[in-house]
Amino acid sequence: MRVSLFITCYNDSLYPETGRAVVSLLERLGVELDFHPRQTCCGQMHANSGFRGEAFSQAKRFIRMYQDTETVLIPSSSCVAMIREQYPTLIRELGNQELRNQFDALLPRVYELSEFLIDKLGVEDVGAYFPHRVTYHASCHSLRGIHLGDRPQRLLRKVRGIDLVELPNIDRCCGFGGTFSVKNGEVSSAMLTAKLQDLLSTKAEFCTAVDNSCLMHQGGALHRQYAGMKTIHIAEILASTEAAPAEALQ
Amino acid sequence: MTPTASHQPILDPKFALPFPKAVLPVLRNPQLRKNVAHAIDVIQTKRGKLVAEKADWQELRTSADAIRTHVLENLGAYLEQFEERCTAAGGTVHWAADAEEARRIVLDILREEKASEVIKIKTMTSAEIQLNPYLATNGVKAYETDLAEIILQLGEQEPSHIVVPALHVNRSQVREIFSRTMGLKDLSDEPKALTNAARNYLRRKFLEIPTAISGANFLVAETGSVAVVESEGNGRMCLTLPKTMITIAGIEKVLPRYRDLEVVLQLLGRSATGERMNPYNSIWTGVTPGDGPQKFHVILLDNGRSSILGRKTERQTLKCIRCAACMNSCPVYRQTGGHAYGSVYPGPIGAILTPQLMQMHYAQTLPFASSLCGACYEACPVKINIPEVLLELRSQVVNQERKDLKRFFDPMYLGLRVANLLFARAWIFHTAQFFGRFGLGMFTRSDGWIHSLPSVGGKWTQTRDLRGMPKQPFHAWWAARKKEAK
Repeated sequence: MRVSLFITCYNDSLYPETGRAVVSLLERLGVELDFHPRQTCCGQMHANSGFRGEAFSQAKRFIRMYQDTETVLIPSSSCVAMIREQYPTLIRELGNQELRNQFDALLPRVYELSEFLIDKLGVEDVGAYFPHRVTYHASCHSLRGIHLGDRPQRLLRKVRGIDLVELPNIDRCCGFGGTFSVKNGEVSSAMLTAKLQDLLSTKAEFCTAVDNSCLMHQGGALHRQYAGMKTIHIAEILASTEAAPAEALQ
Repeated sequence: MTPTASHQPILDPKFALPFPKAVLPVLRNPQLRKNVAHAIDVIQTKRGKLVAEKADWQELRTSADAIRTHVLENLGAYLEQFEERCTAAGGTVHWAADAEEARRIVLDILREEKASEVIKIKTMTSAEIQLNPYLATNGVKAYETDLAEIILQLGEQEPSHIVVPALHVNRSQVREIFSRTMGLKDLSDEPKALTNAARNYLRRKFLEIPTAISGANFLVAETGSVAVVESEGNGRMCLTLPKTMITIAGIEKVLPRYRDLEVVLQLLGRSATGERMNPYNSIWTGVTPGDGPQKFHVILLDNGRSSILGRKTERQTLKCIRCAACMNSCPVYRQTGGHAYGSVYPGPIGAILTPQLMQMHYAQTLPFASSLCGACYEACPVKINIPEVLLELRSQVVNQERKDLKRFFDPMYLGLRVANLLFARAWIFHTAQFFGRFGLGMFTRSDGWIHSLPSVGGKWTQTRDLRGMPKQPFHAWWAARKKEAK
């Protein structure tokens, strides 16, 4: 099976270790990976900030770049939600029928990481080892955007050595919201403080999620507060083995 | 206290502070935030239980969505039908294009009745048109009869929630307000004592004032009926004792058939207050000789609604049945309460409704007052896709603002325009990553983290650190690895 990795703009720039983990995880599972060197961004930041024309040009770019791809894998639920929820609106308003046809053909082949592992590969136990206390943050887009359900938790439960603790108020937003975090920085911070209370109540060493965007937000505050908890993308836990532990542990 | 002419409502979108500024005093107010979080937790717990017991909850939502969507697509016909049936049953129907006209109609009726006092059932529509201060200016005292509205009126405060308007006030604050304004020195803060005080205050009003004003939860086109649901029975008093009743209803409140109430009332009680059904459901049709008000007026209020109706994505805003499930589920509202929205309609529905009612001339910061978490859409009993409308309104605001020269160098606008250039070509994006790392390097401490940034970045670092940019972006790692493999 050939899979093309869309790493996302912020993972490429800020969290390359997540990309490296996706590569080592999938190669371990026998998946052949491609990486389109000209990829940039799905357009979510612009779409959510009201810059529709700009978002559309990125959407168009994405659709054309991946139209001949067998499977597109994205380790970020919010970018997948952008494609599934917002591309149709953007195409309807600014695109044409040809683009719509290309998009319709591409859409069923776009997967978020945990969807890909469970629905496409049919694995829950990916052979990972991560002997730490971990809590799982369900990002808003994973829950209500693309309805991942408990797929991420099913994958995590099969990790050997893991002590997975449930996060209270798991369905509540951490306050990131892209540019919301700076446009409404104070409200965002108040929401984040509430999330930190829940996170710290789990006494976990790590908080994980399928989105590095939420983790950047929570991790930034945990670091600021010397809270003694780290954030780690789920791909890095799933890639972690005895022989090659996650980079965050090194 | 009676409303005075100088009592300027703070919930006027024309004068409201931008949302990010309006929240600041609230966020620093522990009492208010505790009151809001506590009240919402109580409602949400009750709602959660009652929604869970309904096996057909999703089907009910689908039905309500279909009914409300159908109404909006045929609104003119249903309003005319309502007018015809209501008139045939002895009611008088008035049409008001805007708030000013609606206020004028109310005052004309009151003058005709020679009324210098009026009792009111809780109605957010009257708050929307700022009726009470207008009546006060024109010599009519309006007395609220809903317990929460009495608290606000006597305490000279504004509503912070559409179903529980005094949600931000706790019991001991109610005691203070009642004790001060009713002259009850020894009043305790026990719920029984407080409701008793309100009861004594209200009883005289019910018996002496023959004119009442209400809102409407629903209008029924088929029968010309009006429906009001409430919890206390004070509304029922207003609907039975007075001689004259004036109902103010937004034009979107109409339902086609009487039996449609079966669907919406099951959803409304559970969504709004976590009850299987509202304790008092009053449905009346025109005038019944010898029973209830003998003069009945309905004012159908447009006030910006028909312009919303004409817009495809935004039209769904008008499906709203005012249950407040969106604000109860909203993580932003949970922190801020309602006043910061600067409108009688706070929370997610307010964030989309208010700017539209103001024809996008005011309240432009509200569509951005959301993290787009989607909890509102999931909770909405009539399936208003609030995030979708928020995004539509955001793009309208940006289209307005980006023409403004002052905005050209606004860091947010500049940043997003530059980002668009970067994302158009991978080589530019990669070059920008290099320079970005270089630029951020000046702010990156030896531990690899950024603790403080200038400009917009400072909005991030006011409460959060940011990990410095790594030396090797993923694409570069991939390229190097591929080269090695060859």
